Amino acid sequence: MTVESTAAARKPRRASKRTSAAKKPQSSEPQLVQLLTPEGERVEHPDYSIDLSADELRGLYRDMVLTRRFDAEATALQRQGELGLWASLLGQEAAQIGSGRALRDDDYVFPTYREHGVAWCRGVDPTNLLGMFRGVNHGGWDPTTNNFHLYTIVIGSQTLHATGYAMGVAKDGADSAVIAYFGDGASSQGDVAESFTFSAVYNAPVVFFCQNNQWAISEPTERQTRVPLYQRAQGYGFPGVRVDGNDVLACLAVTRSALERARRGEGPTLVEAFTYRMGAHTTSDDPTKYRADDERAAWEAKDPILRLRTYLEKEKLADEAFFTGLETESETLGKRVREVVRAMPDPEPLSLFEHGYADGNSLVDEERAQFSAYQASFADSAEEGK
Amino acid sequence: MAVEKMSIAKALNESLRLALDTDPKVLIMGEDVGKLGGVFRITDGLQKDFGEDRVIDTPLAESGIVGTAIGLALRGYRPIVEIQFDGFVFPAYDQIVTQLAKMHARALGKIKLPVVVRIPYGGGIGAVEHHSESPEALFAHVAGLKVVSPSNASDAYWMMQQAVQSDDPIIFFEPKRRYWDKGEVDTESIPGPLHKAVTVREGSDLTLVAYGPMVKVCLEAAAAAQEEGKSVEVLDLRSMSPIDFDAIQTSVEKTGRLVVVHEAPVFYGSGAEIAARITERSFYHLEAPVLRVGGYHVPYPPARLEDEYLPGLDRVLDAVDRSLAY
Ligand SMILES: Cc1ncc(C[n+]2csc(CCOP(=O)(O)OP(=O)(O)O)c2C)c(N)n1
Repeated sequence: MTVESTAAARKPRRASKRTSAAKKPQSSEPQLVQLLTPEGERVEHPDYSIDLSADELRGLYRDMVLTRRFDAEATALQRQGELGLWASLLGQEAAQIGSGRALRDDDYVFPTYREHGVAWCRGVDPTNLLGMFRGVNHGGWDPTTNNFHLYTIVIGSQTLHATGYAMGVAKDGADSAVIAYFGDGASSQGDVAESFTFSAVYNAPVVFFCQNNQWAISEPTERQTRVPLYQRAQGYGFPGVRVDGNDVLACLAVTRSALERARRGEGPTLVEAFTYRMGAHTTSDDPTKYRADDERAAWEAKDPILRLRTYLEKEKLADEAFFTGLETESETLGKRVREVVRAMPDPEPLSLFEHGYADGNSLVDEERAQFSAYQASFADSAEEGK
Repeated sequence: MAVEKMSIAKALNESLRLALDTDPKVLIMGEDVGKLGGVFRITDGLQKDFGEDRVIDTPLAESGIVGTAIGLALRGYRPIVEIQFDGFVFPAYDQIVTQLAKMHARALGKIKLPVVVRIPYGGGIGAVEHHSESPEALFAHVAGLKVVSPSNASDAYWMMQQAVQSDDPIIFFEPKRRYWDKGEVDTESIPGPLHKAVTVREGSDLTLVAYGPMVKVCLEAAAAAQEEGKSVEVLDLRSMSPIDFDAIQTSVEKTGRLVVVHEAPVFYGSGAEIAARITERSFYHLEAPVLRVGGYHVPYPPARLEDEYLPGLDRVLDAVDRSLAY
């Protein structure tokens, strides 16, 4: 050790040094599970081999294209004032379609608020997703129809619900699995840590699917963690794996394997899908305040849809008719979404008092009656004014 | 005199800037408060000028934000924490209620917890769920906390200064739908105490009591009532805990009638507390029962129904009429 460095070490530790925010973790980029490179090359992985038919590959492509089209339509509808807000999934299609298509019908999904692609895979009519963003309801679908739970806005809450549901599945002796979606930001919440604890302790058949899209509104992932997120699992006693979140094949293979593990009674897995939120956090956000322009460009080169298209074309797995047919289908979907949203009526005022309680509540009944009489008084005065 | 016209948002920003400038122990903490300047831009530019060590982007963890603020306060700092929206304070509710509120008393007064918890609250902005709630009664009910809410730019500026200087934990509710309302701020005049109510309109027939976002509605209602020959006094409570009952009592004993207005559900709300106390104090002066106008006992509704839920001009005037009819 040199004299200077010893002296430096003895110097009073400067406040700025000690309290300043942690910088990027210095660990080298961990290995991503990848089966399809950004250039559209098929590669193999020793643990996650997958063999899909041409039909299945085209199906994944179709899912991603239609999901992106739906998402773009919703963004446009927000700009036109038809929706109050929209949380776009642009760039996250592979993570969602890959994981979503790994699920069995009897599996149960706990989404956050951006899982439009997973909803698509579950067969939820996409227009149902728009009610809460338009402001006509707080949900809009029956979660039990497609085993796709309501969107959750409070960050991280749903991971505990997923764990509890999975504990129930295990108690019932069923072999279905549960999947919980959340973001890299959510990984900081106590609820998420508690769900890791519970699922490990009770060996719950749950897959934690973290879409690390690099940002939590304006905060980069480094503001949530010093270690790659998938490595967190180790501390709780279950496996974690990082997958190329822009590679739909890898997302499918890794999620499938984690679900199978859960079904075999081997407990939870954390999957970190390493991906990117190409747009704003939501339509209210302004990423120019915090994000470098060239960052998005770098990720566009890894676009999940383009790379599968390259592969399909190169391997002659899809012809021109397929792609043009899909374009027509996209337009039809966009048009339907537009029409349904514009026709969505505002809720009846008295519906305010519905569904607060399953067994009813006398106070609510009283308030409903007062409200109803108050509303009627306007009708009366309108009559008188005639 | 340094009088400037500014929005409530700007007044808060200026006030936070002054606090950081005046006292090196003041810190700002929260999600997105740095580069983005908060989702409402209340902390805009502060990290640029005061650095990442004083305007701290935190991990996305509300219990963590408040819990570490408590630790920093124990170490002599004066943290001002931002909770992004009303509905997201609940992960931190445990820390606020079981720890922040009680530590001073448990230490027999030997330690102080000068923490300000800023919460943009209330509806009327067309948001999705958990972004429009008014949970003030849940905090006012807890001993050890003080709960305040400005309704105009001048109060936003000065009440924030006073909150930061207070040695008690303060829950500072910011009426988010009024953030862009402008008003005059005199940055030099010495304001009245933080927990005093202010008469914002004089009247003789009835008293309206409100705070935060509803003060504006009540002023409009009073102006409309004036056209019908009714003289309505409006009191801006400013503080929900403690409450300036003396000011309400004085006004009610002048007018004989009281209507309390807030966005939060009426059931178990601050209006209930005011009605009960004023009935005890001024029973023989009251010409009518104390009436309350507020939200219903339902989850805050989706945006397209919030106009039905939120007390507007008509509902306030309806209550004024009902009171005057006794
Ligand atoms: C408990 C809670 N705190 C704050 C918010 C506000 N908020 C909504 S989304 C978000 C960022 C979420 O980031 P991440 O978990 O990475 O998910 P992403 O949206 O990037 O997919 C924040 C802070 C919230 N919804 N819930």
